[in-house]
Amino acid sequence: MTDAALVRLERRALAVGTAALIVAAVGAAFSPAAFFRAWLVSWLFCLSIPLGALAIVMLHYLSGGSWGIVIRRVAESTAVTLPLLALFFVPVVLGMHVIYEWAEPGAVAADPVLQYKHAYLNVPFFLARAVLYFVAWIGVAAVLVRWSAERDVVPDLDPRRFRLFAGPGLVVYGLTVTFASIDWAMSIEPRWSSTVYPMMFGVGQVLAGFAFTIAAAVLLRDREPFGRLVNPANLVDLGNLMLTFVLLWAYLAFTQLLLIYAGNIREEVTWYLAREQPGWLGVAFALIGVHFFLPFALLLQRAVKRNPVALATVAGLILVMRLVDDYWLVLPGIRGAERFHWLYVVTPLAVGGLWLAAYARRLRGLALVPANDPLVEQAMAAHGH
Amino acid sequence: MTGPRMWGLVAEFESPDALLAAAHRVREAGYRRIDACVPFPVEGLTEALGFRPTWLPLLVLTGALLGAAGGFFMQWYAMGVWYPLNVGGRPLNSWPMFIPITFELAVLVGGLTAALGMLALNRLPMPYHPLFNVPRFARATQDRFFLAIDARDARFERGATAELLHGLGAAEVSEVAR
Repeated sequence: MTDAALVRLERRALAVGTAALIVAAVGAAFSPAAFFRAWLVSWLFCLSIPLGALAIVMLHYLSGGSWGIVIRRVAESTAVTLPLLALFFVPVVLGMHVIYEWAEPGAVAADPVLQYKHAYLNVPFFLARAVLYFVAWIGVAAVLVRWSAERDVVPDLDPRRFRLFAGPGLVVYGLTVTFASIDWAMSIEPRWSSTVYPMMFGVGQVLAGFAFTIAAAVLLRDREPFGRLVNPANLVDLGNLMLTFVLLWAYLAFTQLLLIYAGNIREEVTWYLAREQPGWLGVAFALIGVHFFLPFALLLQRAVKRNPVALATVAGLILVMRLVDDYWLVLPGIRGAERFHWLYVVTPLAVGGLWLAAYARRLRGLALVPANDPLVEQAMAAHGH
Repeated sequence: MTGPRMWGLVAEFESPDALLAAAHRVREAGYRRIDACVPFPVEGLTEALGFRPTWLPLLVLTGALLGAAGGFFMQWYAMGVWYPLNVGGRPLNSWPMFIPITFELAVLVGGLTAALGMLALNRLPMPYHPLFNVPRFARATQDRFFLAIDARDARFERGATAELLHGLGAAEVSEVAR
């Protein structure tokens, strides 16, 4: 994708995002509850891409390998959208009372369980934690992006510093995402809890990060010398890693079901009872079929992984299913959200369009091949094996 | 050594690059029954020799599906039909509980099919092969790279084929007794 094409993409994304935002704002005036729910899901989905991508970048500093060089710049660049996503948290705050039962004083007064959990689930602490998460994420991302850019101009930068930062960085990521998933998604059903949930949420983020960065790398492969990095050998590695996270996601999602099914405890089964309602059951089967079995079968095949367009198509499919999964995690838990609403389609376009415009803007003129990293030569020379 | 007494020809090369180039040229010359023996994996060699995909992936898939079906059936039959057991009021066909074993058996049978199928398709174990008659062939496990052409190849002509191999920079071309 040339710079001219990136400018076009940015303009289109901005146009779609703005138009959808206006329509969604009008919709919000008539049905604010549906708007806030849709906004929370769209926002969580967009947020999962930079967070997952940054986790991948740090993971690669620790593990090495040619594959990471391909997506390093594409992944790092998602960090630029984090301040925008912090701003997009504002509608979630405005809609707290319709999304989170524990944020409603009346509901808390009527339920001893919510009173008991009030020490953690209360509005000021919730907001303070959100600020803390974003400070941590933007801080970690800023260091990663700055050091990576510094390496381009300083030839003999000590590579150890990246590893020394990535290790603790991943710990910070793990902890913040664990609590963020509890705050923003799990607490929608405040009487229910699951220890697998934050892990499932984080793995979903990394999967979204892989899917997005692979698709972006394939779309940008006509840029030289970046195109030489997007070769079949590296694509096979990236496809295999994406497959690993598809499997991990399925494993965790199933583990939660199995444990709750085996336990058969009244407080725990509520989550699945809400998701067993007619419409949601269909979504559940769609997730099993299209989020797991279909990508699993496709990503097992070398021919799919070696073909850039085919791999990017699978990545796009996974990305769409990530959004569906976010809806499935959030909506059934909110009372009154059972029916389909047109805002569920328009709001992701608004958030996603504006997000994509910010991202495309960052890519313009960016050197996609990092300099002074010994892995680059290896990655460019990689053959299919 | 004539006709049926001869298995084919084997050429010895001193570097993987020389072997790779020779394999490409031999295939371009129209030979199809060719094989290479090397001390370590040489990248691009399978493409140069024109290896085609095998049936193995389909065999493994069949094995895995049979394992899954068998694993599920075993549990469903035991728990639901043969010895119905009420566990905490759950349905007799508690399928979520059956998934782990179903998955394990899919992996087990699929894995065994892959290992045994690979051996069978390669016709292994093979204690004897005519190539062993060439004394220098032992170096295929050390530092030499061999390209073998089967006498049953449609293009095979004793003199012309040996000449071709010599022309490709083979250090030595040997006739392989059957």
